[in-house]
Amino acid sequence: MKTKDALYNYCLRLADSNMIHGQRLAEWCSRGPFLEEDIALSNMSLDMFGQAEMLYEYASSLSEDELSADDIAFRRSEREYFNCLLVEQENGDFAQTMMKVFLYSAFAKQLYESLLNSNDETLSGFAAKAIKEVKYHLRHSSEWLIRFGNGTDESKMRVQQAVTNLWRFTQDMFEMNDADTALIDNGISFTTDTLFAKWQLNVNEIFAAANINTPEINNTITGGHNGIHTERLGVMLCEMQYLQRAYPDAKW
Amino acid sequence: MTEEEKEKQFQQRIDAGEKIEPRDWMPEAYKQTLFRQISQHAHSEIIGMQPEGNWLLRAPSLRAKKILLAKIQDEAGHGLYLYSAAETFGIDRTEMIAMLHSGKAKYSSIFNYPTLTWADMGAIGWLVDGAAIVNQTMLAKCSYVLYSRAMIRICKEEGFHQRQGYEIIAKMMNGTTAQRNMAQDSLNRWWEPSLMMFGPHDSESTHSKDSMKWKIKVESNDTLRQRFIDRTVEQAHHIGLTIPDKNLKYNKTTMHWETSEINWDEFWSVVKGNGPCNYQRISHHIHYHNEGKWVRDCATAFEKSREKENSSISI
Ligand SMILES: [Fe+2]
Ligand SMILES: [Fe+2]
Repeated sequence: MKTKDALYNYCLRLADSNMIHGQRLAEWCSRGPFLEEDIALSNMSLDMFGQAEMLYEYASSLSEDELSADDIAFRRSEREYFNCLLVEQENGDFAQTMMKVFLYSAFAKQLYESLLNSNDETLSGFAAKAIKEVKYHLRHSSEWLIRFGNGTDESKMRVQQAVTNLWRFTQDMFEMNDADTALIDNGISFTTDTLFAKWQLNVNEIFAAANINTPEINNTITGGHNGIHTERLGVMLCEMQYLQRAYPDAKW
Repeated sequence: MTEEEKEKQFQQRIDAGEKIEPRDWMPEAYKQTLFRQISQHAHSEIIGMQPEGNWLLRAPSLRAKKILLAKIQDEAGHGLYLYSAAETFGIDRTEMIAMLHSGKAKYSSIFNYPTLTWADMGAIGWLVDGAAIVNQTMLAKCSYVLYSRAMIRICKEEGFHQRQGYEIIAKMMNGTTAQRNMAQDSLNRWWEPSLMMFGPHDSESTHSKDSMKWKIKVESNDTLRQRFIDRTVEQAHHIGLTIPDKNLKYNKTTMHWETSEINWDEFWSVVKGNGPCNYQRISHHIHYHNEGKWVRDCATAFEKSREKENSSISI
């Protein structure tokens, strides 16, 4: 794989994860458990859209077909999105959403910390900005997991159910493909092995504080980075791309 | 001092243009009027999140999505701020929400209309926030200092919302035929409801007289409505939109745009709960408020256990 193609693909992977995560978080708008939390969820969603936009802009600058950031964000089919499977999963209840935010932002924090050392200045610049936001998401969700695990019987039950529902999609975040190989050789990105170890440490620490048992399931589902998704994504895209598909010539 | 003397003194302060602080003495009816108005204003901000939230996931560009989400978040912030101002009358947010759910407290009727196309995101910002600005700029002069302060702060953001909404519509008017039709259709649906936002004629308004006397409001509903009409008609014409009113005409003597009489039957029908979305909006709020109960209970339980244990778990 050529470095430029690999970089383009890698940007989409990161951008798509943030975009889809942001889209899911936006579903909470006017549905939060109380007003302050509604605002916090919107905040995180806005951060994700902002991060996605930066990366789509970068991808646009690399695009040989002169696609705009919006073209890239809104005009691909489900097999051309490379986000991790975790973020496309349904929000479920508030515990499941916070579990999803936690598992993803713990990963993103490790990833962006490594990208600070990337040879690609745009990526390292992106990571420097994004890491501050992701740290807030991680703290916010960690605090909630600890509250759930030390709150009521119901909250304990719900948070345990949340991890059971989502755990099978966590391995997918660390999957590498040809794009990674090409970029690792050039010092643009890094192997996810060390990320995984650090992520696991972080997860174990918070799960211990929240009395959450790590599920013992052999069922791991992967494929997001290669465009093989769960059934959830296509449905999300129908909604997200509605105007682009219904009015292909229109500018908004 | 007798109640009567206190009231007289209070009215003298109002007439002299003094501002009333939360700690000052005020007549019971003044308190009730303000509490009703501020809490209902807060509810309006919150219920208003729903019609715009309806298009959040379908926003057509990264920029549009960010602007819309930030706008809705601003409205949530306005709600939060106004709930705090209303709480100075000794009633907390939980009770206010219960009043909303029981129908005892109302919210702006404009949010009982559905958002059917993307153009409605433009129309709401342009017309609904535009009408809110006219009203709130007046309320910024309100005699109750906390409400006036809230309005000054909020008005700045409403100004952004209004411009962003107008930009959406203007862009569509510069776009394809389908987009132009969508924009005109949206104005057709939102024009009259936005005129209704200023409330009935002052002669029909139950609270207007007292509110004017206490300087809670300093201008009449009809004056404010006319200001909004004059502004908006020009803005509509500027981008090629037609105001959906056969009787619209400019009066050179008064220098105002004249419009048809508003359909007040519809106005009162929506106020009484029979609008297209009254049931939907309140059900939504009740549903998600109830869904969130376990989270609030969990947070309370956790808080209590922390106080008791003074635990060493640091988060
Ligand atoms: Fe507002
Ligand atoms: Fe607004």
